[in-house]
Amino acid sequence: MFFTYLFRELSKRKKQTSLISIGLGLGIALVVLVSSVSSGIKTAQAQALSGLYGIGTDISITKTAAVGTGMQRFDVGAGAGTSGSTARTFSRSRLEMDHFSGTISKTELAAINKANGVKASVATLKLNSVTFSGTLPTFTMNSSSNSGAQGANQQPGQGTPPSGSTGGTSTSQTTKPTGGSDGAGGSSFNITSYTVEGVGTNSTKLGPLAAVKVTSGRLLTAADAGKDVALLDSNYATSKKLKVGSKITMASTSFTVVGIVKSTSTSATTPSNAYIPLSTAQSLSGNTGTYTNVYVSANSAANLDAVKKAIQKAAPKATVSTSADLASKVTGSISTAADLVNTMGSWLSLIVLLAAFGGAILFTTSGVNRRVREFGTLKAIGWRSRRVVSQVVGESLITGLIGGLLGIGLGLGGVWAVNTFAPSLSASISAATGFGSGRPPGGPGGPGGFGSQSSNSAMNIALHASVEPTIILAAIALAIVGGLLAGAFGGLRAAKLSPANALRSLE
Amino acid sequence: MYELNSVVKSYKTKRGEVFAANGITLNIEAGQMISVQGPTGGGKSTLLQLLGALDKPSDGSITLEGVHLDRAKDAELAKIRAEKIGFVFQSFNLIPTLTALENVEMALVPLNVPAEERKTRAMQALDSVNLSDRADHLPSELSGGQQQRVAIARAIVKNPSVLLADEPTGNLDESTRDEIVDLLENLWKEKGITLILVTHDSQVAKRAKRHLTIKDGLVTEGKFLKD
Repeated sequence: MFFTYLFRELSKRKKQTSLISIGLGLGIALVVLVSSVSSGIKTAQAQALSGLYGIGTDISITKTAAVGTGMQRFDVGAGAGTSGSTARTFSRSRLEMDHFSGTISKTELAAINKANGVKASVATLKLNSVTFSGTLPTFTMNSSSNSGAQGANQQPGQGTPPSGSTGGTSTSQTTKPTGGSDGAGGSSFNITSYTVEGVGTNSTKLGPLAAVKVTSGRLLTAADAGKDVALLDSNYATSKKLKVGSKITMASTSFTVVGIVKSTSTSATTPSNAYIPLSTAQSLSGNTGTYTNVYVSANSAANLDAVKKAIQKAAPKATVSTSADLASKVTGSISTAADLVNTMGSWLSLIVLLAAFGGAILFTTSGVNRRVREFGTLKAIGWRSRRVVSQVVGESLITGLIGGLLGIGLGLGGVWAVNTFAPSLSASISAATGFGSGRPPGGPGGPGGFGSQSSNSAMNIALHASVEPTIILAAIALAIVGGLLAGAFGGLRAAKLSPANALRSLE
Repeated sequence: MYELNSVVKSYKTKRGEVFAANGITLNIEAGQMISVQGPTGGGKSTLLQLLGALDKPSDGSITLEGVHLDRAKDAELAKIRAEKIGFVFQSFNLIPTLTALENVEMALVPLNVPAEERKTRAMQALDSVNLSDRADHLPSELSGGQQQRVAIARAIVKNPSVLLADEPTGNLDESTRDEIVDLLENLWKEKGITLILVTHDSQVAKRAKRHLTIKDGLVTEGKFLKD
């Protein structure tokens, strides 16, 4: 009889039931939508970050270079390069650390690994392969012979007479250079740069290669230690028309490409353009036994701050950043969207939900007031207050659940609309955060090559709002809370009804 | 059955205290058919509510089969109403969303009667008021007389000791009024219950074997009032 009475009442009072359900449904739909979009943005942020430092990394450790270090200079000796009939060409390349990166020593790495809460770590050496090349004109010098003078040796390309010539007098003149890049004595220079990361073979489980898949060839193995082999980022390889088996030069050393890798994050490149064995990178760059980046996974993601503090204690000079620290440095429309959803979205949901709860309470109490005769009669024929109250609460609860189902449906519809029509979000992460300079593939050496302050990794990520089971459970819980609140207020009113007063009020 | 001793019931109003019952002393024996008449505001409904354990007196005592209604807690009063007292109201007071059968069943719900037995007993009660063919009709689909018969069925389905009827024919036409009063009288005879009828209608009041008049909160015996 409980459910018969309950469903008959709800179907008779369709208008009231609909109003309460729709109100609750809207509030719950907003909560579902905001939570799903917020979850989607967090996933997008994690994607943006994982594209740069891989999945599974909870804490990233770097070091900033001391002031005044990292001066860059290329020396081109007098006899350097290849001389042709009209010009001399040269090329200098080396592997070097980023201008503002410092190094982490083996001792520091060992201390980090022993820090409380550290589960595993991977250390890498981030470098730039910089090539300075150019074309110089041919310099000639005319000298007239002098009596008794011992002619000084003249060297081609020297524009001034050598100092220290002895005896006699001689005169020499420099003439305008000829040939060169423009044929009229002009010079041209070219700087190219791309990022290279020295990685160990454990870098596939954590760190820069943890979020990649092999599209061609293979990954580096233990057997590659010390060898001149390289992996290339897929986008970089495409831009340079390189493939497995191609040769690339770093620090005047020829490397063979053994694999091409692609980021598993669809909108991001891998952190570096190329990857070589760690020992090779250390040796060629003159940084034996040192690292620029350490990627750490913690025993528990719940107490990252404590692990961060432990690492800071172990390596006081290092810059230690948790995933939350790094997420806050992601800029672009993804950051704006995150702010919008987390502040305005949350407040709007709360306000609408409170209004819906308030409406449900008012309507339910008003409904009880209209049923004074009915409840008075029930009490007169022997119904106890608690039975009447349970009827009111039951009706409210079912109304709330209807609102919850409506809210979930509307929320899912909203999520579908967001996923179908929402534009991609742009994400940009400054290299000053300590990732090292990850440049867009195929670009020129650019401002990051010679000591610029920072460079950005930019990417577009499609927003995918995801509805997790916890969100659905939360929606149902809200529906139940809404129903119970309305039922409690209405039930209280019904409980206080004196049967005598209820019946008297009708006469 | 009922013993009322100096029962007082007062209400506070803006104009001061009103005594709906002003020291009523009354004995009602089991199995009696009693009519109660009186002017409007005289205390008829209050007396019925006190007898029906719907309200407690401000002073004095009321016992029903030895149980003090003036001292019992609300839960006990509800139990007494569920088991011993049947009500019939002027406005029928049926639940509009339930059928005739379901309305009668509602009286058996507080007694925790199993569903099957509840339906059987409810159908028997409707049968006794000659309305079993309308068992699945909603109140809105029944005439006034038919609705009152459903209300009577609801009142008697639990085999009460007392049937209290507050102006049971007040909203009915003359022919239906006689029909309902006949029904109540027959039930009284068949079941031996105590029937107390509050009415302003002298024709109805005269059908009772004992007559009470209540005025200004006081009860007197015997005299019938003109309509």
